[in-house]
Amino acid sequence: MATSHASATVSSHAKAAPYPKLHDSRRLSPLLEWMRHHIEPLESLTALETTIFKDCTYFTRKEILRLHGRYHELAPHLVPLDYTNEPDVKVPLALIVNMPELKENPFRTRIVESFSEDGMGNLSFNDFVDMFSVLSEMAPRELKAIYAFKIYDFNVDNFLCKEDLEKTLNKLTKEELTPEEVTLVCEKSIEESDLDGDNKLSFADFENMISRAPEFLSTFHIRI
Amino acid sequence: MDEESQNQKKKGKHGKVKKLLKDEKDTRNHKRQGTSKTEVEINTNQKKVKKKQEDEPPQRDKGDKKRKVKAEASSESSDLSDVEELTEEEEEDEEVVGMVVGALTPEELEKLKEAVDDRKKLVSTLRGKPWSMMKKLQTLKESQEFVEKYEGALGKGRGRKLYAYKVMMSKKWMKFLRDFDNFTTACIPWEMKIKDIESHFGSSVASYFIFLRWMYGVNIILFGLTFGLVMVPEALMGRPYGSIPRKTVPRAEEANAMDFAVLWDFGGFAKYSVLFYGYYNSQRTVGWLKFRMPLSYFLVGVGTVGYSYMVVIRRMARNANEQGGGDDTSFNFSWKTFTSWDYLIGNSETADNKFASITTIFKEAIVEEQESRKDDNIHLTRFLRVLANFLVLCCLAGSGYLIYYVVRRSQKFTLAGLENYGWWERNEVNMVMSLLGMFCPMLFDVISSLENYHPRVALQWQLGRIFALFLGNLYTFIIALMDEINLKRKEEEIVKLNMTTWEASLYNGTLGENSTAPSITADPADVPRGPCWETMVGQEFVRLIISDTMTTYVTLLIGDFFRALIVRFLNYCWCWDLEAGFPSYSEFDVSGNVLGLIFNQGMIWMGAFYAPCLPALNVLRLHVSMYLQCWAVMCCNVPQERVFKASGSNNFYMAMLLVILFLSTLPAIYTIVTIPPSFDCGPFSGKSRMIDVIQETLETDFPAWIGKVFSYVSNPGLILPFLLLLVLAIYYLHSISKTYKQFNLDLKKKLQTQNEENKKKNKRAALKAANDLEEARNASTQLQLEQQSKNASSRGMDL
Repeated sequence: MATSHASATVSSHAKAAPYPKLHDSRRLSPLLEWMRHHIEPLESLTALETTIFKDCTYFTRKEILRLHGRYHELAPHLVPLDYTNEPDVKVPLALIVNMPELKENPFRTRIVESFSEDGMGNLSFNDFVDMFSVLSEMAPRELKAIYAFKIYDFNVDNFLCKEDLEKTLNKLTKEELTPEEVTLVCEKSIEESDLDGDNKLSFADFENMISRAPEFLSTFHIRI
Repeated sequence: MDEESQNQKKKGKHGKVKKLLKDEKDTRNHKRQGTSKTEVEINTNQKKVKKKQEDEPPQRDKGDKKRKVKAEASSESSDLSDVEELTEEEEEDEEVVGMVVGALTPEELEKLKEAVDDRKKLVSTLRGKPWSMMKKLQTLKESQEFVEKYEGALGKGRGRKLYAYKVMMSKKWMKFLRDFDNFTTACIPWEMKIKDIESHFGSSVASYFIFLRWMYGVNIILFGLTFGLVMVPEALMGRPYGSIPRKTVPRAEEANAMDFAVLWDFGGFAKYSVLFYGYYNSQRTVGWLKFRMPLSYFLVGVGTVGYSYMVVIRRMARNANEQGGGDDTSFNFSWKTFTSWDYLIGNSETADNKFASITTIFKEAIVEEQESRKDDNIHLTRFLRVLANFLVLCCLAGSGYLIYYVVRRSQKFTLAGLENYGWWERNEVNMVMSLLGMFCPMLFDVISSLENYHPRVALQWQLGRIFALFLGNLYTFIIALMDEINLKRKEEEIVKLNMTTWEASLYNGTLGENSTAPSITADPADVPRGPCWETMVGQEFVRLIISDTMTTYVTLLIGDFFRALIVRFLNYCWCWDLEAGFPSYSEFDVSGNVLGLIFNQGMIWMGAFYAPCLPALNVLRLHVSMYLQCWAVMCCNVPQERVFKASGSNNFYMAMLLVILFLSTLPAIYTIVTIPPSFDCGPFSGKSRMIDVIQETLETDFPAWIGKVFSYVSNPGLILPFLLLLVLAIYYLHSISKTYKQFNLDLKKKLQTQNEENKKKNKRAALKAANDLEEARNASTQLQLEQQSKNASSRGMDL
């Protein structure tokens, strides 16, 4: 009797939460319980999460708080300022791609898609922070290479095949090159980097090539 | 009964420990799912432990009671009860764990410690793993839980207190590091400004501002050293202004010591202050703290140079680590495809420019790839290049001679008295140097059009020539200064003579020559003063830097701002399109500005020993520059059309900085070691060489045996072998690095051949597969035919 009453209060409390929960939100609650228990009680979950995020990203506390502000700005009606009710909110692709840091980037859609869990470009705050952490100055070359490979892999088959390269090139030059020129450049690129001779670039080929590029670290960098 | 239960207890504990270790192994090697005998044992033990836990009421009594109480007090939020449950479980777990760990053998204890350390390492490297954020958070939670659970418990047993203390200290240390990190990131200035510039102009223009910010940091440290250890002690504890001759404005100059013109020229009161070398007294110790002023002055001078070397080399090493390799052309097209877009760009105009420049770069690369190099008239090109270099050399020689001439002229003016001449004559040297620095690079640009180089190579030549120009100018300036120094030293002899006669005149000849009567006090302003070449040098450098700064700012305003205004507003009433055609808006000249910054820093390094105020001046200058240039860039400049960096690596400018540092400290070191200091001013007056202050300190402040040690160490017999050892070490390291490079090349070649072999193999395999397919098809058609013929024959036979 007593326990059923307790569970009733639990469920009523859950129903009171205004934000839609997805089916895997239950994963979040033990995490938060643990957080609340082990870390000194703080005013809002944002402060709590910054302590956690600092171990998982290259950001400091001040930067994470600022990121949260930016994330909230993207969709003020969707994203709560206060994360105490563990909302499982995802901002859709169209809103993220219009951020000033991303809106001129020809690869913006691919960038957002590679950091989203569902592959469709809807980012939760976790993914948002992850994305900017990898693209920040402090992320090491190896980590950036992994994600660069994901970004340039348009058909998500874990290889950079000729079509991927052609799409990349067309986005880079806004289709100003003739098709013959595009083919030539793609063929030459594959010829230069392909080590195992399968006519497409695997991650090992890509990493071998990009690790020597002198400009990779300075261009694959977004400051936020 | 008792023994049995005790035995069960022990087994239970053991089982639990083994379960912990098993958990550790499992989570560490996710993929390996090997089950072993021990794990089966562990599982059974685990079940036994669970059963035991359920069976034993006395331990659980507390827990049960609490739970019942909680269930009844349902008005409290379920969250709280959940938390309390968790606490309960945790507490019980801790007790059990404590008991368990206490009964472990040492090896298992070690293993557990290792496991805890592994977890800690995982937590610290978590941010570099390419997992999704959810996975990272989960792993973090698990690892931290594990570490917390067993870290405290591990301390139980031998050495518990020490272990717990160590753990607590390391936690506090981590927290301190984290807070310090946060603090330092919060302290970094101008972050948003630079981000703005990056999004408008791309990373190459922003790299100048980042370099400026770094220089600002270095200068702040230098300023701290000179201000805190030299200027402040003298100002606070030294004898005040007016107490001794060297600290007072001489009677003759008193009349106009406060005039703005004189102060702007750093004469008058500015000259006789802590800003310059001449003010400092040569007393060995100063004030009640017994602060060794001359020693501190010397060591700060050496320290600023040493710190600068350290900081530049450390930065170079860090840049070298981040770079993959040198300028490679083996991945030409791949790099162009994957690394040419600058992700920092956030402005649509810049983005359009970038698209256009990328397209141009690709087209050029394609053309180069397709056509072989046209055999131009190679003799004509060579002749033109030689001619261009000759012209450039003439330019450099001409500018050097001009500076020398102007400096000699200014000496003549000073001798004749500066009041007789106008503003131009007084500032001739500085103006000439600044103007040369402004116009010669343009001349070099024009000359280089004769040479017909690839743009990147042309840029490197241009930078090299400007570097040579600045260097030549600086050294000519220094040589001219040396002449002045010699002049002043000759003057010293004369002044010394004058002083003795003047002192004698004070006593009116009442005393004999060799008597030691107390000297009659005369007003310090009246005492005849010896010349002070160090202050003169300091003043020259300060004037040079100020005029350089002024020229830069004026060029900025006129060259960029007014030009932009003219282009913008006259465009409405002009015949051709000013914006697209001739003047148009200016582009930000990254390399020119960086060189200017480097040379200014070189001048600071040269003059800081003689004018401790220079780092302070430079800090002010850089601060103002940052704001002014940020505004000018955003307001008057357009993004560059063709973006060519001087070299692939960032170390190009750092290398130049290092060279300048070395070349700037050479003159200062030369003067310190060879030229005797002035007898009447500065902290080293009275010594035969400035370095003697070290000798003096060793003799007086340190115990006798240190002096002996130093004299042994400075024995040539010991120093020469040491130098020899250093040379051998350098040679050895150099040869090792050559072997590594060779090794690298061999590996690359191997990769290439492997690549080609793989391609051939694949082709062969594909060919073979096609052949096999053909054969199989043929075989199957043959079989079909045979079948058909058989059927036909059998039917025939039937009929």
